[in-house]
Amino acid sequence: MTASEAPAIGLTHVGSEDTGLGHRGPESKSIVVPYGFWLFVLSDMVLFSALFATYASLAHATDGGPTSNQLFDRNLVAIETMALLLSSFTCGLAMIVAKRGNMKWTLGWLLVTGLLGFVFLFIELYEFASMIGEGAGPQRSAFLSAFFTLVGCHGAHVTVGLLWIGTMMAQIWSKGFREHIMRRLLCLSVFWHALDIIWVAIFTIVYLIGTLP
Amino acid sequence: MFGKLTWDAIPFDEPIPLVTSLVVILAVVGTGIWVWRKGWWPALWHGYITSTDHKKIGIMYIVLALLMLVRGFADAIMMRAQQSLAIGASQGYLPPDHYNQIFSAHGTIMIFFVAMPFVIGFMNFAVPLQLGVRDVAFPTMNNVSFWLTASGALLVNLSLFIGEFARTGWLAFPPLSEKEFSPGVGVDYYLVALQISGVGTLLTGVNFVTTILKTRAPGMSYLRMPVFCWTSLASNLLIIAAFPVLTVTLALLMLDRYLGFHFFTNDGGGNSMLYMNLIWVWGHPEVYILVLPAFGIFSEVAATFSGKPLFGYRSMVFATLAICIISFCVWLHHFFTMGAGANVNAIFGIASMIIGIPTGVKIYNWLFTMYGGRVRFNVPMYYLIGFMLTFVLGGLTGVLLAIPAVDFLVHNSLFLVAHFHHVIIGGVVFAIMAGYTYWFPKAFGFTLDERLGKAIFWCWFIGFHLAFMPLYVLGFWGATRRMQHIPDASWAPWLNVAFFGAAIIGLGIALTVVQLLYSIKTRDQRRDVTGDPWDGRTLEWLTLSPPPHYNFAVLPDVHGEEAYWTRKQTAIKEDRLIDEPNYQPIEMPIDTPTGVICALFASICGFAVIWHIWWLAILGLIGAFAIFVWYAWQDEHEHIIPVDEVRENARERRRIRMEHLHSLSQST
Repeated sequence: MTASEAPAIGLTHVGSEDTGLGHRGPESKSIVVPYGFWLFVLSDMVLFSALFATYASLAHATDGGPTSNQLFDRNLVAIETMALLLSSFTCGLAMIVAKRGNMKWTLGWLLVTGLLGFVFLFIELYEFASMIGEGAGPQRSAFLSAFFTLVGCHGAHVTVGLLWIGTMMAQIWSKGFREHIMRRLLCLSVFWHALDIIWVAIFTIVYLIGTLP
Repeated sequence: MFGKLTWDAIPFDEPIPLVTSLVVILAVVGTGIWVWRKGWWPALWHGYITSTDHKKIGIMYIVLALLMLVRGFADAIMMRAQQSLAIGASQGYLPPDHYNQIFSAHGTIMIFFVAMPFVIGFMNFAVPLQLGVRDVAFPTMNNVSFWLTASGALLVNLSLFIGEFARTGWLAFPPLSEKEFSPGVGVDYYLVALQISGVGTLLTGVNFVTTILKTRAPGMSYLRMPVFCWTSLASNLLIIAAFPVLTVTLALLMLDRYLGFHFFTNDGGGNSMLYMNLIWVWGHPEVYILVLPAFGIFSEVAATFSGKPLFGYRSMVFATLAICIISFCVWLHHFFTMGAGANVNAIFGIASMIIGIPTGVKIYNWLFTMYGGRVRFNVPMYYLIGFMLTFVLGGLTGVLLAIPAVDFLVHNSLFLVAHFHHVIIGGVVFAIMAGYTYWFPKAFGFTLDERLGKAIFWCWFIGFHLAFMPLYVLGFWGATRRMQHIPDASWAPWLNVAFFGAAIIGLGIALTVVQLLYSIKTRDQRRDVTGDPWDGRTLEWLTLSPPPHYNFAVLPDVHGEEAYWTRKQTAIKEDRLIDEPNYQPIEMPIDTPTGVICALFASICGFAVIWHIWWLAILGLIGAFAIFVWYAWQDEHEHIIPVDEVRENARERRRIRMEHLHSLSQST
């Protein structure tokens, strides 16, 4: 709302005496926009927690079909996980070079992030396809419905993230590092890291616990 | 090419929906032509449809809610008429198939497209003004939120003309709502409409929590916020925490229906009780999403019309947040009969009763606010007193229902129907009517007619009691809800009284329209020239009625709990206004058609999904993404209001205020 803006991205305050509680008047956009986006990410976490609860309550409802132990391949998931975690790291690198205003490297790291996300998605789709091929599709049992929905919802988020990365790259390339574009970039990185956190939970609850002997 | 959509979808053989929808279509087209002939389209387009002004968006929400109230009430009176007619040998005038759609549509519309838009409309209109700021945190997103809600309402109403609506009740419980038992498009209309409007509501939640926590006038610390802002904060926190669960629940049911998944089916290991748990994890907080802002409105009304600060402000804040948290620990009381066991039921029963404690705190606070005050009996005050009488009783029947053993007896009976109408009409609707009367002059610059307003109040108050008290009795006698035919003729007198009560409520709604038209006609006699028609205490009464787009020329400096009251009293004592501040140019968000176009594509996509027209659904998604990118590519999202214009308006306001001040100091 205020005309003055924080000079760079990140959660820097305009006035040093500002407590951040907002009773010195409305915060600048560099505070308000990421704050709102954090709230959205929180709501997304709630969304996933409902899916996790669904999965947990249906995990043993296999209806005589395959169980998690028979289906999941830990090695494949390990590669998948590495790709996604690495993409979070490169996303962080992209933010650092963006702060320095380096166009070439920003686009480069964002591209690497997107490619790693693509690798992740490819492995996930491969896993899905091979499960469906074995007759273990989501229509087989409540357990598989819950599995495909939970993991697929994360995959859908990654897809949206990829679309966003592409759009963001085009925007940075055509408009440069303007303030509102830097804010969007910050939101994108928050989103991308949040997907990582959710994946860690999926990895643990679905794949690790699911493949316990 | 057109999926499941054929000419059979139009109900040519059913006169009631056909004639109704033709009348509605004619009315919409007629209004459109009338507005066009008057040359009001540009004003409508720039002033409202594409507006990012929180006040205009609030007004649009309330207009939507009023229109949907008429639709929802039409459903209600049809149900009451059917139950009065279809007794014993008679089958009434509605076949079961149609009757079931009507009660499903009534519940869905009243909660999602009447109560929610009303409450969100008031938050939109009042919260930024009360916080002393110029708009919400994300003005464009606010516009998008509204249009997505409108898109959901459009789809629900479209089902009247094309296809059918759900016959499953307002929460579409499986397995009845599964493909096997509801193969038609009715449930799909329900699911898609709620998904689209749900996204809008979630964005509203994000927007308002950010607004309240991050953008307030200087000096407005948390414990100086008006209680309506506090209750709005609690309500929006609940939206953020609860609406994603609704999205998931409905999405899982969609997967069952569209792709043959097995979440809630009878076979494949599905578990329909999972749906009950998930939907009520959203559903119970939803009750408080509606009623907390209602409490906020009554807190404002109590303080203003008693001429006293709110009694126990801090306990009010504490009670609000307590309700906000406990509301997440009671969902199982909606299905004690599931058979979760005595211990689980006992815990949820006790938690449900505990919620009565902070609510009781609030009732006492309002009573003590009135106590010793100079109470002015304007229309909002009528609603407050009516609310306290009604709501306490409704709360008591709620405590009864919270006892699992009692619940087993009256579960799914008319007793339950009477209970939740008791708290929703007595709590939310009365607050809505109070808020409508209270803030109307701020929005349009003239007050609503008091005499008609009081008549409307009595219609609601008497009508409500006549309509629902008999249902308690019938419920005790074992009458279950949603009956298309009444087998026991001895219930007839009670049902007739209930119909009569509903008719009185109908008269109240009709009078609301009359009141609006009459007040517009006589607006020159009821102008609010000072901007403070009720001798208010919060910052919205500081600015003119209607406020300029930017609300305040300079953001008010807040000292103490009642920001405007303190300021007003100082001015009266010193007989002068504060020194003229140094005016600055103001940056305001520009209008954008993003919201309405985005919602158009969402509606197209939703309609296509309902009818399995997949190419159109993909087209709709691409369109929505394209408008998003188009918006993101705009460089200018704000325009500057030049300092001269700001100064000129502010000086005019100061002149009016000065006159008002003199008249005040002469009268005292």
